[in-house]
Amino acid sequence: MYPWIWRHLPGGTATKAVTALALALGVCALLLFVVFPWMEPRLPFNDVTVGG
Amino acid sequence: MTGGLVVLLFVVYELFVTDVLTDRRQDQLKDELRQGWTAEAEVPAVPRASILGDAFAVLHIPRLGADYEQVVLEGTAEEQLAQGPGHYEGTALPGEQGNVALAGHRVGKGSPFLDLDRLRPGDPIVIETADRWFVYRVLGDPATGDFTTDPSGIPGQQIVRPSDVQVISPTPNGAAEGPPSGAYLTLTTCHPKYSARQRLIIHAGLEGTGLTKTEMPDGPPALRES
Repeated sequence: MYPWIWRHLPGGTATKAVTALALALGVCALLLFVVFPWMEPRLPFNDVTVGG
Repeated sequence: MTGGLVVLLFVVYELFVTDVLTDRRQDQLKDELRQGWTAEAEVPAVPRASILGDAFAVLHIPRLGADYEQVVLEGTAEEQLAQGPGHYEGTALPGEQGNVALAGHRVGKGSPFLDLDRLRPGDPIVIETADRWFVYRVLGDPATGDFTTDPSGIPGQQIVRPSDVQVISPTPNGAAEGPPSGAYLTLTTCHPKYSARQRLIIHAGLEGTGLTKTEMPDGPPALRES
């Protein structure tokens, strides 16, 4: 997957590196601030109450 | 590899990012609560916690650090627990007869209840309200460190199944609607760490009655035990 992305990025090596870094950061941000907060309450290891 | 990286990132999120977010929220809540307390000219004798989501008290546990302070919110839904320990709706308020029941995260979200297993019989748990300090002490025998030999018959620490709601009854481990036999405090969190298979429960009893803040502006001596 990663070589495929690398080949399809435009520009020279420097431009590619910058774009790749931006892509990676974007994916991290998406996971941290959107996906994980959504997913977390659905996971079982966060229950701290009795009964509920 | 990608899956592994995502899992790793999730662990980082759970252990660090949620801590940062919760700590920031706790600081904000603490400021708001303290300002509100100072601003209120007429402070009610019994703290109100009736509004879901309201911050209404500060929990101090000297054993877990002289600076251990957690703002407690009304309600135990994830929305409240992501901000700090939550007060089970319908349970007693600090100082009242019955059982003040609080739930908190063990790992992540500021991990307020991470080290509850370090509490020993006799350890103070102090609840600060608008105008009072309430000192609760972990049940059990402070001399031997045995949780199970409290005169009340209630253990200071127990590990139960998630369905065992009687731990937050008015008299801990008594009937859900039964009359309280005293003023208690119960803390619940998950057990073992990183799991939700069981619940770690701490029971404490109120020592005397509340101390007013006018008498004790810096808090009761129990706050400085550790």
